[in-house]
Amino acid sequence: MLLQQIINGIVAGSAYALFALGFTLTFGVLKIVNLTYGFYFSAGAYLALFATLHGAPITLALPFAAIAAGFIAVFLDSALLSRLRRQQAPELASLMVTLGATLFLYTGMTALIGSEIQRFPLGLIESAPFRFNGASISLTQIAIVMTAGLLAAGLIGVLRATRTGLAMRAMAENPQAGELMGIDTGAIMRRVSFLCGAIAGASGVLIGLEHNAITPYMGETMALKGFAVIILGGLGDVGGALIAGLLIGLLEALTAGYISSIYKDAVGFLLLVLTLWARPFGLFGRASVRRA
Amino acid sequence: MTDIMLEARGLTVGYGDKLVVRNVDLAVRRGEIACLIGANGAGKTTILRALSGLLKLRAGSVRLNGEEIANRPAHAIAARGMAHAPEGRQIIAAMSVADNLRAGAYLAPSAAEISRRRDAALARFPRLKERLTQQAGLLSGGEQQMLAIARALMADPTLLLLDEPSMGLAPLMVEEIFSILATMKSEGRTILLVEQNANAALALADQAYVIEAGRIKLEGPARDLIDHDGVSAAYLGG
Ligand SMILES: Nc1ncnc2c1ncn2[C@@H]1O[C@H](COP(=O)(O)OP(=O)(O)OP(=O)(O)O)[C@@H](O)[C@H]1O
Ligand SMILES: [Mg+2]
Repeated sequence: MLLQQIINGIVAGSAYALFALGFTLTFGVLKIVNLTYGFYFSAGAYLALFATLHGAPITLALPFAAIAAGFIAVFLDSALLSRLRRQQAPELASLMVTLGATLFLYTGMTALIGSEIQRFPLGLIESAPFRFNGASISLTQIAIVMTAGLLAAGLIGVLRATRTGLAMRAMAENPQAGELMGIDTGAIMRRVSFLCGAIAGASGVLIGLEHNAITPYMGETMALKGFAVIILGGLGDVGGALIAGLLIGLLEALTAGYISSIYKDAVGFLLLVLTLWARPFGLFGRASVRRA
Repeated sequence: MTDIMLEARGLTVGYGDKLVVRNVDLAVRRGEIACLIGANGAGKTTILRALSGLLKLRAGSVRLNGEEIANRPAHAIAARGMAHAPEGRQIIAAMSVADNLRAGAYLAPSAAEISRRRDAALARFPRLKERLTQQAGLLSGGEQQMLAIARALMADPTLLLLDEPSMGLAPLMVEEIFSILATMKSEGRTILLVEQNANAALALADQAYVIEAGRIKLEGPARDLIDHDGVSAAYLGG
C-alpha cells in the first residue's frame, strides 16, 4: 500500500505545485500577493466545463480555458492594481483590494451559475487507470504530474536563460532601474499576468477533472494550500514551489494513509509553521543579499 | 543634425503639490560633458529623473537629438539612446554582475553586439571582470558604483546621465572614477554629470550649471565657474 500512498502524494503534491507556480511567479515578478489568483483557477474549470458541454474535446477545452483565464487575469490586474502600482501603494493596499475583488468575484460566479457541484461530461478522458504492482494511476493524474514538472522546468529555463526572463528578474527587484535599461515594464507585467492566469486556469481544469467536481469556491480552498506552498518554497521561487508542493502532498498522503485522514489538512500547515520558525525565508530562502 | 544633443527648456518638476524644479533651461552639446552642481536638496537628481522619463514634467520641453521626448515613458527614452545611472547605484542586488551587465544591454540588437560591449566595459573596469559570477549585492560600494556605470555603458548610449558617481567612495576610488570619466570624454562620449565633488567636476566638464533651490543660479563654461567667487565660496570650500 505504500506505493499507492506515494503515488497519491505525488499526484496531490503536483497539483499543489502546478497551482502554486503561477501564484509564486505573480509574487516574484509583480511583488504582489494577488488573491484573485484562486479565482482564475475556478474560472478555468468553469470555462472548460462550458466548452466541453458544448461538445469540445478536452484537448481543445483545456487550452481555451487557459487562454481565456489568462486574458481575465490581464484585465483584472490592470483594472485593480495598475493604479496602486503607479502610486506605489503599500503592499497591504493591494492585498486588501485583491481580497475584496476575490470575494466579489466568487459571489458573482455563484449567483451566475449556482453553488452546486458540477461535473465534466462522461467519457471526456480515458478513466480506466493504469495498474502495476497493485497500485494505480489515471491518465489525468499522469497529466497533472507531467504538466507540473515540465512547467516548472520551463519557467526556470525562461527566467534563467532568456532575455524576457532577465527583464523579469531585473524588474522584480527594481522596476525603475528596469525602465532605465529600456525594459517596457508595463508590457512585461501584462505578459506575466497572462502567463499566471493561464497556469491557474489550466490547473483548474486538470484538478477539476481529477476530482470530477467543480464548484465556484474550489479556487479558494486551493488558494489556502497554494499559500502554504509558496511560503514554504520561498515567495517567488519557482523550483521551491515545486518541491514544497510535492513535500506537502506526500506528507498529507502518508498522514492520511498511516495516521488518520483527520490530520491530513493540518499537517501541511504544521510543516509550514515549523519551517518558518527555523527558516523565516522558506525552505530554500536566503537572507536578503542587498547591501547599502 | 545640430551640435546640441540634449536641450531642456522651461523644465518644471515637482512632487505632489510641491514644485522642486522651476523653469530650468539647459543644454548638452555633442561630445561634451555638462555638469550640474548644487547643495543637497537643490533638485539635481529631480532634474535627471525628469530628463530620463522617471518623473513627469509639470511644464517645459526636452529634446534629444532634436526630437521631443518630454513625458515619454522611460523605456522609450532609453531606446532613443539615453542611459541614466541613477543616484544610489540601483544595481540589481540579487543578480550576478554578468546578468546586471546583460540587462544593461537589454535593447542591444544582437548577442555579438552584447559581447562586444561587455568586453569594452570590462576593459574599462577590470575589477568587475574578476567578479562576473558574484552576486551584485555583495560587491563593495566602489565596485557597485563601477557596475552602475558599466551597466549604463552597456546600452552604448548617445547620452549618458550620471548622478553622483563618486558618492560614498574613498578618495582613491573617486580619483579612479574621475579618470575613467576623463577617458570617456576623450573618446567623445556625451555626458550630463551631477556631482558633489565640484572641484573635480568643474575641472572635467565643458559646461556647468549651478542649481540652487530648483533654479539655475549660474551657468557658463566650467573653467569660468571655477574662478567665480560665488561658486568657490559655496561649493569649492574657499
Ligand atoms: N520622492 C520625493 N517626494 C517628495 N519630495 C522629494 C522626493 N524626492 C526629492 N524630494 C525633494 O525635492 C527636493 C530636491 O531633491 P533632489 O533629490 O532632486 O535633490 P539633489 O539636488 O539631488 O540633492 P542631493 O545632492 O542631496 O542628492 C528636495 O527638497 C527633496 O526633499
Ligand atoms: Mg541627488
